[in-house]
Amino acid sequence: MSGTGPMSGQTGAVRRIRFAFAVTVLGAVGFAVSYGLGGNTQLLGLSLAVAFAGLAYGLAVWGRRLLPTGGFVEQKPELAASPQQRDLLAAATDGPESPLQRRGLVGMLLLGVGAIGVALLFPLRSLLSFRKPDPVTMLRHTAWEAGVRMVTPEGEPVRLTDIQAGTIQIVVPEGHTRDGDAPAFVVRLNPALLDRRPAAGDLGGVVAYSLLCTHAGCPVGLYEQTTGRMLCPCHQSAFDLYRDADPIAGPAARPLPGLPIDVDEAGFLRARGPFTAPPGAGFWSRP
Amino acid sequence: MITRRIYRALDARLGTTSIGRTALAKVFPDHWTFMFGEIALYAFMALLLTGTYLTLFFEPSTSETVYDGAYQPLDGSKVSSAFASTVALSFDVRAGLLIRQAHHWAALLFVAAIVVHMLRVFFTGAFRRPRELNWVVGVTMLALALLNGFTGYSMPDDLLSGTGLRIIYSTVLSIPVVGSWIATLAFGGEFPTPETTPRLYISHVLIVPGIFLALISVHLLMIIRQKHSQFPGPGRREHNVVGSRLWPAYAVRSVSLLTGVFAVVFALGGLVQINPVWIYGPFHPAKATSPAQPDWYVAWGDGALRLFPPIEFHVFGHLVPAPFLPAVGVGTVTFLLLYAWPWLERWRTGDKASHQILQRPRESPGRVAVGAYALTFFAVLLVTAADDIIARLTRIPVTGLLRTLQILVLVLPFVVAAVAFFTARALRAGTATSLGELTREDLHAGLSGRSIDRRPDDEPEERIRLWRNPDDTWRWRWYGPGEELSSNEAFLDRQEALDAAKTAFPGVRVEQDEPPEGVVLPPPQHKPGPATKAAAALVWVAMAVLGRRADRRTPSRSEASE
Ligand code: HEM
Ligand code: FES
Repeated sequence: MSGTGPMSGQTGAVRRIRFAFAVTVLGAVGFAVSYGLGGNTQLLGLSLAVAFAGLAYGLAVWGRRLLPTGGFVEQKPELAASPQQRDLLAAATDGPESPLQRRGLVGMLLLGVGAIGVALLFPLRSLLSFRKPDPVTMLRHTAWEAGVRMVTPEGEPVRLTDIQAGTIQIVVPEGHTRDGDAPAFVVRLNPALLDRRPAAGDLGGVVAYSLLCTHAGCPVGLYEQTTGRMLCPCHQSAFDLYRDADPIAGPAARPLPGLPIDVDEAGFLRARGPFTAPPGAGFWSRP
Repeated sequence: MITRRIYRALDARLGTTSIGRTALAKVFPDHWTFMFGEIALYAFMALLLTGTYLTLFFEPSTSETVYDGAYQPLDGSKVSSAFASTVALSFDVRAGLLIRQAHHWAALLFVAAIVVHMLRVFFTGAFRRPRELNWVVGVTMLALALLNGFTGYSMPDDLLSGTGLRIIYSTVLSIPVVGSWIATLAFGGEFPTPETTPRLYISHVLIVPGIFLALISVHLLMIIRQKHSQFPGPGRREHNVVGSRLWPAYAVRSVSLLTGVFAVVFALGGLVQINPVWIYGPFHPAKATSPAQPDWYVAWGDGALRLFPPIEFHVFGHLVPAPFLPAVGVGTVTFLLLYAWPWLERWRTGDKASHQILQRPRESPGRVAVGAYALTFFAVLLVTAADDIIARLTRIPVTGLLRTLQILVLVLPFVVAAVAFFTARALRAGTATSLGELTREDLHAGLSGRSIDRRPDDEPEERIRLWRNPDDTWRWRWYGPGEELSSNEAFLDRQEALDAAKTAFPGVRVEQDEPPEGVVLPPPQHKPGPATKAAAALVWVAMAVLGRRADRRTPSRSEASE
């Protein structure tokens, strides 16, 4: 407590509270004015914060300096009733007149309620449309099959000659540009350095793989040409393209599935078949 | 006076007077650690208010639209309605960005306050009988807060949240046997689907907030019924609560806290950018994000996913994918342990008694050790979630850093737990009130588990006085060494007052029972005058600022009934 006596401390406190509430009014006016002048986010936030802070400060001083703090005691009676009262309650719920005494009927009632409960779970199945295949089929199947043309995410077909060493070309199946499971990439590797032949085959060093990380499904966007690695931005898994996209660092445990690649008479890239394995994150029924 | 008329009208219809008197006189312990629950509550209020405003503009749909607005780089581009409306909220709705950012900051604050509040309850043993049920409600609210934070974060359909959503989808997919069904049912098919965003939305703005409102009500009703626990101290007993009354002191301070939380939320919302979705760009399933970190309360999961070695194994020829153990496993085990903790501890200690007096953490070194273990474990996970950033800043290769963190997550929690355990024992054994005061003898006692002989405190000299006020109400006051405590309310008859005193302080002598001339003892430290003056000052300042002439009549006195 500052000041020369209780009263002088109080006048000081009152002055501070009055000032704080005046700041609140200014803040509120500032907010309204900033809004009217176009609503600059910083000014709006600052003025509103100042307005609330004025209230917070003023009320804190009011509560601490002008009002009694502590010094009170409240009794806390035992909540539990006496055993006798509890017995009375129990007798009222399952005494001789109680419907609960008819055990057989209660059993049937529970069975009925349970049956309704189970029956009402069925409509939850509608969350997955019946027009869609069952989950495992969906997860195993992608739109890639023999003859499907590879296009960029913007829908442009890709030629073999577009694939330059040093960068990857992201491709999706023509007509399915926003499918979640289909994104793949095509890259030109140095065929002499291949440690392991790509299971899906290559076109003179040009290979295609699923873009989805086998850890948790993020697109593995980063190609490091010097090492021939694909890096996942999510949890730093790395896949070695010269070893058929084997995982060599990070939490991913499976290689990226390959996509058999072909080139048509017009020079455009097409798939020669589906991915060598279901793409992306694993699941229980994955082969 | 108008308030009296309102009271009379309400009481005549609903009989509110006695509840009202009890409520205003309710005593709250004055300890700073009791504020965190309130902060969580006020952050939730901020979320409700700002969130409701956002719903007026946000369009929860991934159908394609053309963004047409003030943000030049995206103007005219084809994006989803969800993304377009979030960008519009940020650039084209006046004050929209403030509210949007304030909502996000409030969410971070909300979860943080819940966590700190839970730590307070944990380390002081406030979850012990009779408060186990409220612990269970609290743990459920923590889980729901994480869920709602995640659904909110995922709705704008930007590249970052889409990637986060895919990781969650993959994590659900990893659950053995039922994973593919749960994931595809929840998402309406294989990720991404047009069903996802509307489902996230209804869960985020209706289902989960509704459950929250119900649980918060239950939580508070249980507190009112059981009354607060309190730290040990003079006059604090198993059958009383010592502190400030709701009205006037506590209410004023609590509203101060409310406005303080709002001030922080709007200051951050206006001044500190958060989740600039226009920079991340719209979601596309074939686009990779640049490295980015999730909100802090889901980052532990991200860290766990990074730390776990690349192990996938087969059970009966079926695959258990890599995310299962670190994400589903750690989360499930953590929440099961949290739920079970009151019963686990009871089983360990055999303590079945009801507790109204809190423990200091040192009184239960085992619990301190468990808490320290868990905190360290999750701290390492949080750090791991930023391992790419740390690697970039320190130029340590990320693989080496990861190895180190993998070792740390196994070892460090045990080390910290052991240190915490022995420190708690040393503090308990000696008389030190803080770490700095620990003596060598205390430390020895802590290591050996031997206790230092302490003389039991002398039975304190205490008594209770009961008296009658001139208005014929009764009050009592407890006198102990260096402390006086007043009954929180005025009682209508002597017996009622006596019963209350005997409940609060069983066995304490009650004296000066009905002084001959009805001596009136002054109530402690009560100064009604200045409050009225300050109210007058407020009105005066407000009017002056608004440019009106203040008419200096003192506003009618608002009686605070003693
Ligand atoms: C209960 C706790 C809640 C939490 C933890 C929470 C969290 C979040 C988060 C993190 C976001 C992302 C904001 C961003 O884009 O940066 C968000 C968005 C949103 N929230 Fe909430 N929220 C909560 C309650 C509510 C409530 C009660 C409502 C409405 C009644 C609401 C309405 C919205 C809307 C409409 C959005 C999308 C707008 C946007 O992203 O810009 N939220 N929420
Ligand atoms: S999703 Fe690629 S490392 Fe986790």
